[in-house]
Amino acid sequence: MFYLDDIGRYFLMLKGVFSRMTKGSVLRNLIFKEIDDLIIGSLGITVFLAFFIGGVVAIQTALNLNNPILPKKLIAFASRQSVILEFAPTFISVIMAGKVGSYITSSIGSMRVTEQIDALEVMGINSLNYLVFPKIVAMCMYPFVIAIAMFAGILGAYVAGVYGGFVPGTDFITGLREEFVPYHLTYAFIKTFIFAFLLATIPSFHGFYMKGGALEVGKASTSAFVWTTVVIIISNYILTQLLLS
Amino acid sequence: MIEVKDLHKGFNGEEILKGITTTFDRGKTNLIIGTSGSGKTVFLKCLLGLFTPEKGSICYDGKTYSELNEEEQRDLKEQMGMVFQGSALFDSMTVEENVMFPLMMFTKQKKNEMLERVHRVLDRVNLENANDKLPSEISGGMQKRVAIARAIVTQPKYLFCDEPNSGLDPKTAIVIDNLIKEITEEYDITTVINTHDMNSVMEIGEKIVFLKNGHLEWEGDKTQIFKTDNQAVTDFVYSSNLFKKVREAQLKGL
Repeated sequence: MFYLDDIGRYFLMLKGVFSRMTKGSVLRNLIFKEIDDLIIGSLGITVFLAFFIGGVVAIQTALNLNNPILPKKLIAFASRQSVILEFAPTFISVIMAGKVGSYITSSIGSMRVTEQIDALEVMGINSLNYLVFPKIVAMCMYPFVIAIAMFAGILGAYVAGVYGGFVPGTDFITGLREEFVPYHLTYAFIKTFIFAFLLATIPSFHGFYMKGGALEVGKASTSAFVWTTVVIIISNYILTQLLLS
Repeated sequence: MIEVKDLHKGFNGEEILKGITTTFDRGKTNLIIGTSGSGKTVFLKCLLGLFTPEKGSICYDGKTYSELNEEEQRDLKEQMGMVFQGSALFDSMTVEENVMFPLMMFTKQKKNEMLERVHRVLDRVNLENANDKLPSEISGGMQKRVAIARAIVTQPKYLFCDEPNSGLDPKTAIVIDNLIKEITEEYDITTVINTHDMNSVMEIGEKIVFLKNGHLEWEGDKTQIFKTDNQAVTDFVYSSNLFKKVREAQLKGL
């Protein structure tokens, strides 16, 4: 019953977010600020993670391809598929649930603790729209982060595979281009878009409705990370079933 | 003027406000006092429209809040200014941006017009050379001044303050109290202050409402409060040693 109550409140929050819009000029500035904080601020860690994950995937694949009949270009093929289908959209989103999610929860939560949200309400401002809507719009740029992560992941696989002596460069490029299904990219970006929405809204929910003081802000951030990850993983399963099977 | 009639509010089956009826006059500093847990904050949040009362009504210059539609309620809220206990300034904005915020949200003024108004209000609360500082970079007293400036920048008709001098030294607390009183008279607004500070009562208590366990126990002004026979009020007023000694001296005719 407790979880059902939270789910209900989450959807009521979404209704509140999309009603009574904040003044356009104010909203525009907030959106740019959120893009800077949530998207630009995440690029560095995303590229770093994706590059090394791609490299590890290439090495692992190479080390498991013991059969001499299997062509080396499969290393590139497997790396591409792993990075595009799962590692970039899902794995990076789980990491972002920690980075972006805890930032959103703690920033909104500390505003709740210090009565800044009450101050907005007293002024007659729809605090949900003011605080959460710009984050949702900013997170619409998240697929660009994942596109960069895909590129960095494949680059990491190339560097590890070719310069690690596991596969010749030409074989890697051949494998990378072989049996490429463009729909896989569509699938990855549909997932990413949905994960972006979850990454913006679930932590906002935990921050907005938290009660207590500084200690509870920390607890809310942890809880937001756990729930965002759980929902991302479940959505990933459902979306894969719906879009790929 | 704010008229409150038979106001009831509870949480989880427990009644916090038990039928409060009173009025807060325009151009006066109206104080809500009482011990912790007496319902002061809930009462103030009802006046601000943050809590919806279960029974009773609140009238703002003839307009009953519960009878207004959503847009009218929003318009009314734009006429309210609030100074929170912890100032509630926006951390990520400078002093100037904090004060300009209500103007940005509710007016169509140009930026230079807004800045002119902001500087005027900051001058009025005697805050200088802090425009570009963040709230974390200024003292508690200065934060209160910024909060007052933000509350009055749109020239509201109603000003609400929740323990405006809590956490301040006695001297700064008196300065803040007097500033609120001066602004109330100058702007001719209805000011309601939630406090349990007896110094504030003595300084600016033009109308005092004493709450006890969610009831309106007593109301009067700052001279009457020291003459009342109401036990709950005298217990509250003379709980401090200083006031106790003043009372003893009065009784001895010193």
